[in-house]
Amino acid sequence: MKNIPHDSASKHVTGQSVYIDDMPVNSRLLTGRVVYSRHAHAKIKSPDLTKAKQLPGVHAVLCYQDIPGHNQMGPVIHDEVCLAIKEVHCVGQAIVLIAAENEEIAIEAEKLVVIEYEPLEAVLELRRAIEKNTLLAPARTMNRGDAETAMKNSFHTIRGELETGAQEHWYLETQSCLCIPGEHQEINVFSSTQHPSETQAIVAEVLGIAKNEVVVETRRMGGAFGGKETQANHAAAWTALLCHATKRPVKIRLSRDDDQKITGKRHRFLIRYEARFNEDGKLLAVKFELNADAGYTTDLSMAILERAMLHADNAYFIPDMSVTGKAYRTNLPSNTAFRGFGGPQGMAGMETVIDRIARFLKKDPAEIRKLNFYGTEKENITHYGQEVELNRLHLLYDQLMETSDYAKRKKEVELFNSKNEFYKKGMAITPVKFGISFTTSFLNQAGALVNIYKDGTVLVNHGGTEMGQGLNTKIRQIAAAELGVTIDKIKVNATNTSKVPNTSATAASAGTDLNGMAVKDAIEKLKSRIGKQLAAEFSKIRPEKPTTVDHLIFQNNTIIDSLYPDRKIAFDEAMVICHLNQISLSATGFYKTPDIGWDKLKGWGKPFNYYSFGMSVSEVLVDTLTGSHKNLRTDILHDVGDSINPGIDLGQVEGGFIQGMGWCTTEEIKWDEKGNLLNHSPDTYKIPSVQDIPADFRVNLLQNVPNPNAIRKSKAVAEPPLMLAFSTWLAIKDAISAVGNHQHEPFFQLPATNEVILLSIEDIRKKIKGN
Amino acid sequence: MRERMKKVKSVQYPQHEISFILNGKKVSCKTKGSAVLLDVIRDVFELKGTKPGCHEGECGACTVLVDNVPVNSCLFLAVNADGKNILTVEGLLHADGTLDPVQESLVQNGAVQCGFCSSGMAMSLKALVHQYENAHPVAGEIKKGIPSRDEIKKHLEGNLCRCTGYVKILDAAEKLFLNNE
Ligand code: FES
Ligand code: FES
Repeated sequence: MKNIPHDSASKHVTGQSVYIDDMPVNSRLLTGRVVYSRHAHAKIKSPDLTKAKQLPGVHAVLCYQDIPGHNQMGPVIHDEVCLAIKEVHCVGQAIVLIAAENEEIAIEAEKLVVIEYEPLEAVLELRRAIEKNTLLAPARTMNRGDAETAMKNSFHTIRGELETGAQEHWYLETQSCLCIPGEHQEINVFSSTQHPSETQAIVAEVLGIAKNEVVVETRRMGGAFGGKETQANHAAAWTALLCHATKRPVKIRLSRDDDQKITGKRHRFLIRYEARFNEDGKLLAVKFELNADAGYTTDLSMAILERAMLHADNAYFIPDMSVTGKAYRTNLPSNTAFRGFGGPQGMAGMETVIDRIARFLKKDPAEIRKLNFYGTEKENITHYGQEVELNRLHLLYDQLMETSDYAKRKKEVELFNSKNEFYKKGMAITPVKFGISFTTSFLNQAGALVNIYKDGTVLVNHGGTEMGQGLNTKIRQIAAAELGVTIDKIKVNATNTSKVPNTSATAASAGTDLNGMAVKDAIEKLKSRIGKQLAAEFSKIRPEKPTTVDHLIFQNNTIIDSLYPDRKIAFDEAMVICHLNQISLSATGFYKTPDIGWDKLKGWGKPFNYYSFGMSVSEVLVDTLTGSHKNLRTDILHDVGDSINPGIDLGQVEGGFIQGMGWCTTEEIKWDEKGNLLNHSPDTYKIPSVQDIPADFRVNLLQNVPNPNAIRKSKAVAEPPLMLAFSTWLAIKDAISAVGNHQHEPFFQLPATNEVILLSIEDIRKKIKGN
Repeated sequence: MRERMKKVKSVQYPQHEISFILNGKKVSCKTKGSAVLLDVIRDVFELKGTKPGCHEGECGACTVLVDNVPVNSCLFLAVNADGKNILTVEGLLHADGTLDPVQESLVQNGAVQCGFCSSGMAMSLKALVHQYENAHPVAGEIKKGIPSRDEIKKHLEGNLCRCTGYVKILDAAEKLFLNNE
């Protein structure tokens, strides 16, 4: 289809887009503020709110006792209180809420809230959590074959550990919510949420009212990346409680520092692996133990762990494989969804295995990768039993090796390294295979409501939310194409729980796949109704040659009879005729992903509708004296099926890669020994700036690869490109390895910060001396 | 309750009367000495296009032009705006409703995703255009030719974007100058 600019692009660049904090509200608006725990684990005495309540300009000061409904905001498991009761479990856990005339007064009031803490022992390190066995839920396993026995029989073995770090979402718009009271119990919630239906459910729950009293609306988010899938609910629940208590509009917008301190991050993992392979580098058996730092509550941790386990194979066929997954509680904010949803951590383990095998056998890792890719005819069943259909790995590899000039540049890198002592170059090619669908199968459903008005304009409501990914633009394109009208006739409404109920989160990269299909379903119903009426009208024109709905074509704002093309009518005129003939011009649509099924207990089945593929080659330069690195060039080839909007898809690939690169290199999160986040401002937490992107960045979409399993033969795009950044990460490792002429396995972690790079180089130098 | 509200209003902060040109119009208001320009623009003049991404001078989402120089309005004291010429993203739009070339180029090159950084990006780019079209407000000279990709990168260093990976923003900037040539 076509490249049209993002639906809101001109509003964005003129400052006319309205985010929560920009909404016009009357002068009765109050500012909400969250008073949160300063201790990682402590008993608290019932907070003294008296003084704060007396401060002029303060309208409400609430603690858990003031919650009219359930004190609960856990999305899946109800283990997360909305306001702390007698104990706090992390720095940042909410204890008291304040509503005041303005922010200054709210800040003053916060100072008057007295909370007494009695500190308890806190678990802040994942290794400590493993030691103390603070398991969130029983360990999960996925097995194929007999990895245990295979381990004993095979030639070569490697084993080791990999630590992957947390990552802060750093959406530009911090968590925000505005609540406006309605009649009686009604409440209108304007929330920057990826999951309006869940926000609605949680607001209803804390207020103790029915869901039909709560309307949640989301026009757009200023970025989300998973960080607003469950944790936008928190700000919404807090705002709703204050609105309910004061009967006035209330807004909470977290400051950047508070947002970073109190919201969850990408899960830290400790991955233990053991792999056996033959002398060619062919994998025979792999065992993984994935340990995740869940933070203090469950949130989405078990689903994230599951996706990590489902992606521990990345793109490779492993005859005997066993994966164990464990999520541990720690005294940190509850970790949550973040683009990739565990997939990146699972894949990082596997890519480390491949990289190590290559060094062990003194071969190019590219060769080992190719050797182990899933096959097309055989060796194409994953460790959880799903067939890798329409495997694009080989196509991507062959094309990218050529267009990136891999072989020649690899030689040049070697030559460079042989001549330079203090600067080393490294190169790596890494693949991505990513399963598309929610692994909790019932979530794979979507709804839509399409209204056509008498002037021929169309208003589309669907359950997905716009966070910058271009969902609404694609929905407009889909609706226009299906209805045969030009795109200017289609408007996509703000997502609203009163228009489309019981939706799933806009997540798992499935926003367009699911909602696009639901919109199509609604439009098909409308076309059939409209078509029947028009067929009757057309048949009146030449009664001897009657026509039927099947012969009508909707295109270019016209409806034409293909039997006699002179029988045609403009779309808007047709709508008037339909209305006069009492035809309903409003229809709902629904979709559920067919043919998927997944047995969580057995760890076997078909969890995914299809797979997305991509591949990337990066070349880096490492300064061995400072540990700094530069990404010299990255080539990406990514599979999005028949792209609905290539401009948007390329933007997703580029943005995803850079975000992944941040996670792999500079975005290090540190806590002090008391559980305080050390880098809670942009000053100390470095997301990539324009200077960090590859000096030479060549991004392309794989051509002529229609995907039969999704709307208009397209493919999901949002998450998979993030993991392309492993090419940069492993290129850095390759450069480090060059210091020891690839004779020693470098110590390595994710992120590969300057510090990690320096330590690793030092370690290699020691090993060289030791020899 | 009513009494409380009265008390609030009676809290006295030292107020400063400031006047400046905002998007071509002369405006004035009272402000506290500690107030930053970002809050005055958003809350007093209700221009919501300028975004608070961090309020700490690190993200550039709040960029406005003060006498053609880009500044982070979240750090710029409102009192210092007195007598200055301030341009916000709302002022970029031409009187007839057409987009400024900077805006047009961002839109046409797909440089916009969630949009939260976009107005700041547009203002930073506008400042760069100024340096090539008008006398550089600081250096006092007009730059010749068109900026290199590296110069554009240097110029946009202070504008963070979490969505796009910057590629299309750089493309938009380059094309802007190529089209202007
Ligand atoms: S809001 Fe001013 S720099 Fe971030
Ligand atoms: S477009 Fe979202 S931050 Fe730039």
